[in-house]
Amino acid sequence: MAEKIKLYDATKCIGCRACQLACKQWNDLPAHQTKNTGSYQNPADLQPNTWLLMRFQERETNTGEVEWLFHHNACMHCTDAACVNVCPTNALFHTKYGTVALDQSKCTGCKECVAACPFNIPRFDPKTNKVSKCDMCFSRLERGMEPACVKACPTGALQFGDKNKMLRVIKERFLALGSKGHLYGDKFLGGTHVLYILPEKPDVYEAIPANPKLPEPLVVWKDLLKPLSLLVPGIALVGAFLHYLIKGPKNTISKEEGGV
Amino acid sequence: MTNHWNDIQNSDCILIMGSNAASNHPISFKYVSKAKEHGAKLISVDPRFTRTSARADIYAPLRSGTDIAFLGGMIKYILDNQLIQKKYVQRYTNATFLVNPSFKMPGENNGVFSGLTDHKYDKSSWSFQTDAEGIIKKDMTMQNPHCVYQLLRKHYSRYTPQIVSKITGTPEDKLLQIYKEYSKTGRIGKAGTIMYAMGWTQHTVGVQNIRAMAIIQLLLGNMGVAGGGVNALRGESNVQGSTDHALLFHILPGYLKTPKASQPTLEVYNKKYTPQTKEPHSLNWWKNYPKYSASLLRAHYGMNCTLEEAYSYLPKLDDGKDYSWLSLFERMFKGGFSGFFAWGQNPACSGASSNEVRKALSKLDWMVNVNLFDNETGSFWKGPGMNPEKIKTEVFMLPCAASFEKEGSITNSGRWMQWRYKAVDPPGEAKPDSEIMTELFYRLKDLYQKEGGPLAEAITKLTWDYGPPRADGRIRYVDTHLIAKEINGYFLKDTTVKGKKFKKGTLVPSFAYLQDDGSTSSGNWLYCNSYTEKGNMAARRNNKDESGIGLYSEWSWCWPVNRRIIYNGASVDPDTGKPWDPEDAVIMWNGGKWVGDVPDGVAPPGNGRLPFIMKPHGVGSIFGPGRADGPFPEHYEPTESPLKRNYLSSQRVNPVIKRWDKEGTGTSVDAIATCDPRFPFVCSTYRVSEHWQTGVMSRWCPWLAEMQPDLFVEISHELAKLKGIKNGEIVTISSVRGKVDAVAMVTHRFKPFKIAGNTVHQVGLPWHYGWVTTKMREYDYGDKKPEIFTSGDSANMLTPYIGDANTMIPESKAFMVNIEKKGV
Repeated sequence: MAEKIKLYDATKCIGCRACQLACKQWNDLPAHQTKNTGSYQNPADLQPNTWLLMRFQERETNTGEVEWLFHHNACMHCTDAACVNVCPTNALFHTKYGTVALDQSKCTGCKECVAACPFNIPRFDPKTNKVSKCDMCFSRLERGMEPACVKACPTGALQFGDKNKMLRVIKERFLALGSKGHLYGDKFLGGTHVLYILPEKPDVYEAIPANPKLPEPLVVWKDLLKPLSLLVPGIALVGAFLHYLIKGPKNTISKEEGGV
Repeated sequence: MTNHWNDIQNSDCILIMGSNAASNHPISFKYVSKAKEHGAKLISVDPRFTRTSARADIYAPLRSGTDIAFLGGMIKYILDNQLIQKKYVQRYTNATFLVNPSFKMPGENNGVFSGLTDHKYDKSSWSFQTDAEGIIKKDMTMQNPHCVYQLLRKHYSRYTPQIVSKITGTPEDKLLQIYKEYSKTGRIGKAGTIMYAMGWTQHTVGVQNIRAMAIIQLLLGNMGVAGGGVNALRGESNVQGSTDHALLFHILPGYLKTPKASQPTLEVYNKKYTPQTKEPHSLNWWKNYPKYSASLLRAHYGMNCTLEEAYSYLPKLDDGKDYSWLSLFERMFKGGFSGFFAWGQNPACSGASSNEVRKALSKLDWMVNVNLFDNETGSFWKGPGMNPEKIKTEVFMLPCAASFEKEGSITNSGRWMQWRYKAVDPPGEAKPDSEIMTELFYRLKDLYQKEGGPLAEAITKLTWDYGPPRADGRIRYVDTHLIAKEINGYFLKDTTVKGKKFKKGTLVPSFAYLQDDGSTSSGNWLYCNSYTEKGNMAARRNNKDESGIGLYSEWSWCWPVNRRIIYNGASVDPDTGKPWDPEDAVIMWNGGKWVGDVPDGVAPPGNGRLPFIMKPHGVGSIFGPGRADGPFPEHYEPTESPLKRNYLSSQRVNPVIKRWDKEGTGTSVDAIATCDPRFPFVCSTYRVSEHWQTGVMSRWCPWLAEMQPDLFVEISHELAKLKGIKNGEIVTISSVRGKVDAVAMVTHRFKPFKIAGNTVHQVGLPWHYGWVTTKMREYDYGDKKPEIFTSGDSANMLTPYIGDANTMIPESKAFMVNIEKKGV
């Protein structure tokens, strides 16, 4: 089965949030009470019930021009996926499309993926003791359909298809954009299955890491320890060890957005 | 739209002004994106940097209510630099027509056109010179000082970039950059389009905003061509359809005129509204008016009465009286109505000066609220500031079916009538509107038959054969196909038209076959051809495009007669019939006939054929004497403005608008506060992607409420600093008419304007909110509670009670407010 790529071409995005809504609809994610904090961005961050968030960022350039940057923020579906590597129960797994899906029934709520993800994507819900994230609509891909967000996109900012085809689309787009476009996602973590075309350099965006990396200790984990975890019943213990390897002795798991 | 949604992709330059299409018509950006991929430039002009601006090649700010100054400057630029498409202008517009020498323009006449007395124009000087045969005198060289072209030149010579910038606040270099870019579409083979919406209409000069752009489009040869046109983005999926079918008081279906009391007979009425011309080559399509009025009367009353009798049943407007929204609610406020149907609307939030509207509702004896949900209108009596014990109005709620709970058609902005099917049954007791109307009709008919009354026949003689009849002749249910067929029209007897024989009871193939003798019916002549003996044209779903420009001529159906781009006769050279742009040809003459889109007029090229067939003289109106406020657009300040004077003339505001704030005309809530230090900031209202209209259909949807939960007001960093307001704080916005609380959104996307050397701040807020879905209100037993609460009430609490001189649409896009931290 061919690898699939979802392309987010921010140079065509109008920030309408049809993708954010379609994600909720297909995945049957409930709404939670929110509050306008002085931004179009709402909820303020990804949540267990919000796997895809349109981020809005405005700035003034050196020349005094205003820019309003839109960012379609969801799982990047890495080839070298930290979350898959650290997941002690294989709840997170690579699909035949190269995307990263999640079998919540296997999730034990160890939160290792939350700590490991270089893009700060998975969200832990203390109410269910499960992690959740975008699975690029695995249930739709299995039926030959594109992800819900792509289907809902009115402008062609989101496109989806076989890797080879999408690379051609990207190449053509860059011929048109010239120096005005920046490709993101091809040069790290073995290449992600979500690629961005951005009108600005990635480091301009608040929620886009310019150089996402696998945590170093993961190499140790992946090659030596993970095979062991399948034999060892004390999965949580191994998980804790991994956590120690990645984050050190302090519990520094990033913001928990669960239970809002 | 003169063109249609997917035609936007054919454009070389897209101007979005008076619209935030990316937010409010996201689908349009599918075609904007395509055009951009083909190299088109996108220009966004808006007081605020919007989602649309985020994708634009050029963005320029302008102060709300100064669009005519901006566009007038563009007209001057085009003329000064000789960028018009000359042959187009000479042959297809009235630029060559000679105007009455006594006609005077604002530059020489104290800011007004000739003929103004007592806030009304006597238009006798706004006329054309004619020869002995009554044919209009022309100067094809366009040099005669009285010709329209020279008058246009003279009128807009006053609109220099310096003056325009002083008024609009748009920097001069931005003005010139945009003028230059857009004017490039004057070259033969290039097309520019305008996408506009309420940002242009909701002004006291709303019609003239659009007239100014229409003049630009004619000068540049952009009307009738692919990728061109004047394109109104309608605010609801079917608002085009409802307008076509006579939503407004002054029109009957198909833009026929509502008769007046002074027109006692059909003959007098027809004579009044059937235009005459002596121009030898003008098709003057409206000459067929009597055929369409007769066919409409037949659709209403069938063969049970004569046409004159049927005409006598039609309601007549009192001469000189205005029955627009503002006037009706003013009358309601003064106790002039006992009952009211609020059908598919929410005036307590959508009406200008909502406080006044809500108070007006309390003057009624009864109100019927037909809607999907409870709303601020149906529950007005328990809203903020209301004392239910003191309100006499009895409210009835009739739940109705949503669009996907019934079968029928919608007509989109591009005039495509598209048939839709029922997906699910309506819940509970909800019924389709047509079923509710049928029930209402039978009850009324019974009452009129029993008790009589003035013009009882108007109801008792109406035909109502929209379904299979019961034994008593009444229908068992409504079959929407029968309504669609009646709209198309039937032959009512065996007849021969244009050499073709038609049997009684067959559907009329197109409006060219409608008759004025009562032998045909048509509920809307513009839709005649939509449901014929060949079937329901609106249900067609052939997605082949043989035109190569996205006409999709067999996908649904388009009025008139499936013509996808109107005025397409102007897309070709008048002498050869060759398209100006062969790559994006709309129609072309192949030597024997026209091929491509359904042509506007079928005469061959080279014989003086005129393309603007709906205009009496066959040409586009650069000089437009039909408007109430002048044949050329002139800049006037909004009624509420930060400026004490108009920098273009001594006339500050549109001189012919109806003033409700004058002594003895309106009420206390019609107050206007211009140049009032209490309300120093310009304000505009708008929409967001996440909500729709007053929010009745979106605030109840948890996902949408989650994305935009609270009324917000966008303000610049500079103004926030001035007022000590921080991002996310609650602020109170007030006008002389009312106030609302909102979350402050402090943004770089609003910038203070430099207006004549002074700093002018503008703010803006969406109008989707209302108290019914808020948390703090009282919920009685049985009241539906939203899953996700929203906060804030209608932004229309602030908007002024003042209307456009031609249409009476309220000036909701430019008015004055103050803003303070809540509680200060």
